[in-house]
Amino acid sequence: MEERRYVLSLIVQNKAGVLSRISGLLTRRGFNIDSISAAETEKPDISLIIIVFQADAHTAEQIMKQLEKQVDVFEIRELRSPESVTREHVMIKVKAAPDERNSIIAVAGIFRASIIDVSPETMIVELTGESSKTKAFIEAIKPYGIIQVARSGIIGMSRLEAPVLKEMF
Amino acid sequence: MIKTGAQIVMECLLEQGVDTVFGYPGGTVIDLYDALYEYSDKIHHVLTAHEQGASHAADGYARSTGKPGVVIATSGPGATNLVTGLATANMDSIPMVAITGNVNINNLGTDAFQEVDIYGVTFPVTKYSFIVKDQKDIADALRKAFYIAQEGRPGPVLVDILKNAQSGTTEFEPAVPKEILPKNDKLTGESIEKAIDIINEAKRPMIFAGGGVNLSNATDSLMKFANKIGSPISLSMMGLGGCPADYEYFTGMLGMHGTRLSSTAVTNCDLLILAGARMSERVTGNAKTFATHAKILHLDVDAAEINKVVDSTTSVIGDLDTVLSILAEKVEEKTDMAWRKQILKWKKEYPVVVEERGKIAPHNLVRTVAEKMPKDTIVVTDVGQHQIWAAQHYPINNPRSFISSGGLGTMGFGLGAAIGSKSGNPNRKVVLFTGDGSFQMNCNEIVTAATQGLDILIVLVNNGVLGMVRQWQKLMYKQHYSQTTHNRKIDYVKLAEAFGATGFDVTTMDELEAAIDASMDIKGPVIINAMIDKDFSALPMVPPGNKYNEQIFKIEV
Repeated sequence: MEERRYVLSLIVQNKAGVLSRISGLLTRRGFNIDSISAAETEKPDISLIIIVFQADAHTAEQIMKQLEKQVDVFEIRELRSPESVTREHVMIKVKAAPDERNSIIAVAGIFRASIIDVSPETMIVELTGESSKTKAFIEAIKPYGIIQVARSGIIGMSRLEAPVLKEMF
Repeated sequence: MIKTGAQIVMECLLEQGVDTVFGYPGGTVIDLYDALYEYSDKIHHVLTAHEQGASHAADGYARSTGKPGVVIATSGPGATNLVTGLATANMDSIPMVAITGNVNINNLGTDAFQEVDIYGVTFPVTKYSFIVKDQKDIADALRKAFYIAQEGRPGPVLVDILKNAQSGTTEFEPAVPKEILPKNDKLTGESIEKAIDIINEAKRPMIFAGGGVNLSNATDSLMKFANKIGSPISLSMMGLGGCPADYEYFTGMLGMHGTRLSSTAVTNCDLLILAGARMSERVTGNAKTFATHAKILHLDVDAAEINKVVDSTTSVIGDLDTVLSILAEKVEEKTDMAWRKQILKWKKEYPVVVEERGKIAPHNLVRTVAEKMPKDTIVVTDVGQHQIWAAQHYPINNPRSFISSGGLGTMGFGLGAAIGSKSGNPNRKVVLFTGDGSFQMNCNEIVTAATQGLDILIVLVNNGVLGMVRQWQKLMYKQHYSQTTHNRKIDYVKLAEAFGATGFDVTTMDELEAAIDASMDIKGPVIINAMIDKDFSALPMVPPGNKYNEQIFKIEV
C-alpha cells in the first residue's frame, strides 16, 4: 500500500507520564514517527499532542485506533488540508562572515524569516510555516554552512468545529 | 471522617466488594498491612511465597469469578516481581488491580533503597496505571482503577502509592462505585444492519469465538445465535467453556493445535464470524492466507482489533453479549440442515488425533481426570504440551472454567492461578494440569495452598523434558535437543510433603485412577506425578508460517 504523511491531533489529559505512555505505545507496536510535540492548552488539565508519521492506510488506521482507546486520550483526529492548517517553527544557526550577511538576509527576506541573533561569525534565523516551506528554507540556507537546526515539529488545528471530547473522569 | 491513606485503601476495596486480596508485605507497604490487620475481619489476605505467585493468583481469581483480582506488593523487587503477572493478565484482558508501595516522597527519584519506577516499567503491560503521591488522591485513583480494569475490554491497572501517602491522614468520603455498563458507544444500527445482511445471505456460517465470550458472559446469547443460524462453533483456547464442549456442532479449537474438523469447517464456510477473538497468529497461521475465500464478520468491543490481523468484510464494535443478543433476535432463522449435517459427517470422519505410547497416554490421562471430577470443576493449566492436551481433551462445559495463560504463555502461571481460582470458588473443585518444566518455576506456592487449606488437585504431566520446545526441535531443528532434556531427579512426593501437601507417583492408568480417588478425601493440595513418555507431541500442529489448514498429524519419533 502507498504511504503518505499523516498529522494527528490528540487532546489528552495533562499529567505526568501521558507523553511517555503514548510514545511508548507507538514504539512498542513498531510504528515510526517523524515528529511529536506536546504542550498545555488554554485549559490547564488538557494537553494537545501532535504526531506526524509516514504510513500506509492500514498502519495509519491501526495507529489511530490504538491511540484512541488510551484512557488519557479524549479526542483524536487527523489534520488534513484544506480542512486543517499546520505550521512548523524552525531556528537555524548559520555561518555568517561579514561579507555573507547581506546575502543571508536577502534569502531570509524572500522566505519572510527573521534574524534573531547575530554574532561575529554566525547568525540565527527563524521561520514559521508549513513544513514544505521550512524544508525549502533549510535547503536555501544550506550553502552558507548550517551549524545547527532546531525544529519544533509540526503543530496544527482543524479550521472547522471545536473538538468533541469523549467522557472524562 | 479522617483516615490514613492505608485505611482509605481498605475502605475503597470494601466499596468495590473486595473480600480477598493476594500479596506479600515489605518495607513500603507496612502501612497497608497495618490497615489490613485492622480490617482482617472484612478482607482476607492470602500470603503467597513470592509476589509473582500472588499476581497469578489475583489473575486466576478474576478469570474464574469475573470480579477484579487484587494484588499487593512492596516497592522495588516486590513490584518488579508483579510484571510477568501483569503482562499475563494484559495479554488475556483480565481485570486486575495491582497496588504497590513506593518510597517516601522525600526519597523519590534518589535511587533510594528498594526504589524502582514501577509506573514506568509497567506502561507496556498494563491497561492503565497511577502514581499516587498524596493521600487525598488515593480514593480517586483506586475508584478509577477498578472502573478502568473492568470497563470495555478489561485489563490490569497498577496503582503505585508512596509510603507517605499511606501513612498521612485526610478526610475520606464514602462513595458508591460507578456502575460498569456494557461498552456500546460505538455500536451503530448501520453496523448491525450490515451484519444481519451478511448473515442472512450466508449458506454456511461458521463462528470462531475467543476469550471475549467468557469476559462478556456471552455464552447464552452465543448459543442462541448459533442455534438460530445453524452455525458450528470453534473456540480459541481463551474461549474454551464459552460454548459448552458438548454442543453438537462444537468443532474444537482452531489454529496451531486446533482440530482438523475446525480447519475443514473454516475452509468450507462462506461466512466466518469472529466473536471476541483477537486473531493471534497462533490461530491464523500465515494471516495473509487466513480464510480468504470467506466473508468475515468481526465482532469485538475493541475497535483496534478490527482489521488488525485479519481484514473483515464488515464489523460490529460493541459488548459481545449485547451484540450477539441483538443479532440472535434479528437474523433470519436458517432451516436448511445440509451444512449442519455436513459438520456432523466431518466430525465422524475426523476424530480427535491421539497418540498411544507407554502406559499413560496424555489424552487418557486428561479424560480420566475429567471423568472423575465433578462437571463444574475449574480446570487450570500451566504452559506447554500439557496445556494443549488439557485444552483438547478436557470437556469444558462452563464459562470461566478453563484458566490458562493464552496470550503470554507464562510457564509458572498455573499454581498461582489455581490458588486464586480456589480462593474465589471455595465450593468448586479445582484441578491444575502442569508440566515438570512449568511446575518447577513456581512450585514454591504449594506452601501457600497448603497453609490456606486449599483443596487443589495438581496433575503433573511429567515427561522429564521441556516437551513443547523439544517438539519444535524435533520437527524443525534436526533433533538438536538443546537444553530441553533436563532429567532432573526430583522426588515430587517428598517435595509435596516438605511443603505440607500430599504426593503420589503414578506410572500406570490404574495407579492414576487410584490416586485421583484417594485425593478426593485429602485436605489441602495433592500432587499426582504422572510419568509419561518424552516423545508425545501436541498434535495436530500447524507449523509456524503455514496456512491455517496445513496441519500435520504426526511427528516421527
